[in-house]
Amino acid sequence: MSNENQTPAKKLTLKENYALMTRDLGWETSYQPMDEVFRYLKFEGIKIHDWEKWEDPFRLTMDAYWKYQGEKERKLYAIMDAFQQNNGQFNVTDVRYIQALKVFIQGFSLIEYTSHRGFNIMSRELAGVGPRIAAEMQALDELRHTQTQIHTLSQYNRYFAGMEEFPYMFDRTWYLSIPKSFFEDAVTGGPFEFIVAISFALEYLLTNLVFMPWMSGAAYNGDMATVTFGFSAQSDEARHMTLGLEIVKFLLEQDPANVPLVQKWIDKWFWRGYRVLALVSAMMDYMLPKRVMPWCEAFEIYFEQNGGALFADLARYGIRMPKHYEVAIKEKGRISHELWSIFYQYRDAAGFHPWLPSEEEMDWFSEKYPDTFDKLYRPRYEYWRQLEKEGRPFINSNLPQLCQICQWPMLFSEPDDPTQTCYRETEYKEEKFHFCSDGCKDIFCDEPEKYVNAWLPVHQIYQGNCLLEGVDPTAPGFNPLAEALKYMGIKPGIDGGSLSASADAHNWEAWTGRPHNSHEGMVTEPAAKAA
Amino acid sequence: MNATSSQPVFIALQTNNDTLSLIEAILFDNPQATLEEYPAMVRIVAPGRLVVRRESVEERIGRSFDLREIQLNTISIAGEVDETEDEFTLCWKL
Amino acid sequence: MSTIAITPDYHGEMKDSVENFNGNQVLNIGWDQHMLFAAPICIPVPPQMPFGALVKEVLPSLYGAHPDFAKIQWDDVEWLSSGAAFKPDHAKSLAENGLVHKAVLRFRTPGLTGIKGSYN
Repeated sequence: MSNENQTPAKKLTLKENYALMTRDLGWETSYQPMDEVFRYLKFEGIKIHDWEKWEDPFRLTMDAYWKYQGEKERKLYAIMDAFQQNNGQFNVTDVRYIQALKVFIQGFSLIEYTSHRGFNIMSRELAGVGPRIAAEMQALDELRHTQTQIHTLSQYNRYFAGMEEFPYMFDRTWYLSIPKSFFEDAVTGGPFEFIVAISFALEYLLTNLVFMPWMSGAAYNGDMATVTFGFSAQSDEARHMTLGLEIVKFLLEQDPANVPLVQKWIDKWFWRGYRVLALVSAMMDYMLPKRVMPWCEAFEIYFEQNGGALFADLARYGIRMPKHYEVAIKEKGRISHELWSIFYQYRDAAGFHPWLPSEEEMDWFSEKYPDTFDKLYRPRYEYWRQLEKEGRPFINSNLPQLCQICQWPMLFSEPDDPTQTCYRETEYKEEKFHFCSDGCKDIFCDEPEKYVNAWLPVHQIYQGNCLLEGVDPTAPGFNPLAEALKYMGIKPGIDGGSLSASADAHNWEAWTGRPHNSHEGMVTEPAAKAA
Repeated sequence: MNATSSQPVFIALQTNNDTLSLIEAILFDNPQATLEEYPAMVRIVAPGRLVVRRESVEERIGRSFDLREIQLNTISIAGEVDETEDEFTLCWKL
Repeated sequence: MSTIAITPDYHGEMKDSVENFNGNQVLNIGWDQHMLFAAPICIPVPPQMPFGALVKEVLPSLYGAHPDFAKIQWDDVEWLSSGAAFKPDHAKSLAENGLVHKAVLRFRTPGLTGIKGSYN
């Protein structure tokens, strides 16, 4: 047969091409009823009448996906090669910045992996072809993020402490139960709760705070490898956020009965996500030696303005701002300082080296946090600096009370009184449960059956569950806290403890000839030049 | 659904050789937009609506351009997306 | 409300029941308006411990490092249990004073306002 006389087929439009390459991949099953194939779509109470009403905002087909992701990877790996070949790890501002990378690899990289698993479940369980393909792409993205983060930071791991055991630590270390429990909470929800939680509440509302000001800060501090994986990951994030907004609109348009469920999940997961990302507030304000913007300002831009615009848009469906958002706004001037104080006083139990802000940094805080810093935090830090100078640094060697939901120590202050710890509690089945906030308490009271099961590190230590095999708690001289740290993968004095005494600081100065803390000067004597 | 609100939308882009002309084209096509510059990135904010036009980008880079290429260098967006061969639009619907 | 789950009547394990603490119970302790200690402290205690022993033997090891601690007039201290004012009997045990497993015991020290009056 000859095609010579036929005119070439008209080039498909983007939308037609997309329809053929996605929607047409789905079918109505005949050997099994659709309800048996997609078994988890009904129990949460969400009603979907027509999956075909799903609008795909990014008309990205799988072939284009591979093409563009491949390009992103080539760019990223070219930069990683250059970074490694040029000893880029020594070109960052100082060794304080590297402590932030430890927090990143310990706390973030494996939640990306959990997210990968979550989106694999979505790509199996959602009955619509459009959302299934979007979820499949996101599952691949999240896996890519984990891999590229590990790969990038492996160069730092060759030179600095605290990174080598990150997967082991993620499952055991006290403060890493915060991100771990967050994602496990999400992934054990039903498919609709998971996708609202992660795609909408986390990705759309909150991840800008991680990837925009913080990664821009990484660039500013000379870390070309991290900023590159950060931005490379974030270029996927724009697609994820759009999926989040689309799924919420789709659910709201499908049935009015979905509105209260979606609102409930937005309330819950905004608060859960906000509490997890509190970690970023400390990373931004304290761990970037050169600063781009303070947390309070980033929060105003990316949550108050941007979130405000989003919720103004969703108001037409009867959706309002997430419950307790006003508490988050009240906390913006305090949260980074409250967190850093926790890490500083528990530095011996941390997997990185906290330090006290310098005079110069305190002046910056006074300027950026005029309502809170001089009144509340400067006296604290000046006192601690004085004690360090006197050679008797402040330390808290007793374990903190934890919040049952977010699992942070109860470090947050009353919304209207920054001088007083916020305590909330409830009783369930004749047992007391404690929370850092009304936000966390509401979440518990709505689903106590789920959250009684929380693995709270402090309680686990006291129950004797945080011991390496062979350790005998009845042996003479048994030290439960020292043994718990070993169990958690933290080598005392190597992974944690004060920065100026650390091997990281001493090595940094020996290897670069520059101070470990550019605001405070050298801790080591200038090395006698080998003759 | 043509009406849009004036709530801000934005696109944040990496600053690199690929995005020089892209940023220029966006600013040309969206006179109401403002450019915020940060280390390694920019954020372009506009009231209600922001459009990236394929033709404007192509005029500046001197080759054909598939709008999906902007995903390579996009850091973040705000607003609802509408994408055709010719225009990538961010807006808030009323 | 309750959890909506695939499994009917799903209920998680009560992870922190008192039986799991080897004869101890958990007590959370906080010193109001003293934020230098950045969170309340959680300790395991025998329920039979006299309240007086908690004050004399345990609290100094938790909060003794604070310069206000030595100035505390213990007779003037205001105690709270689960947020409500209460008058402990120092001779009686924690349990007899109604401090159950996972109780929150707070104390207020009027007149002591922390480092340079900053409530730290």
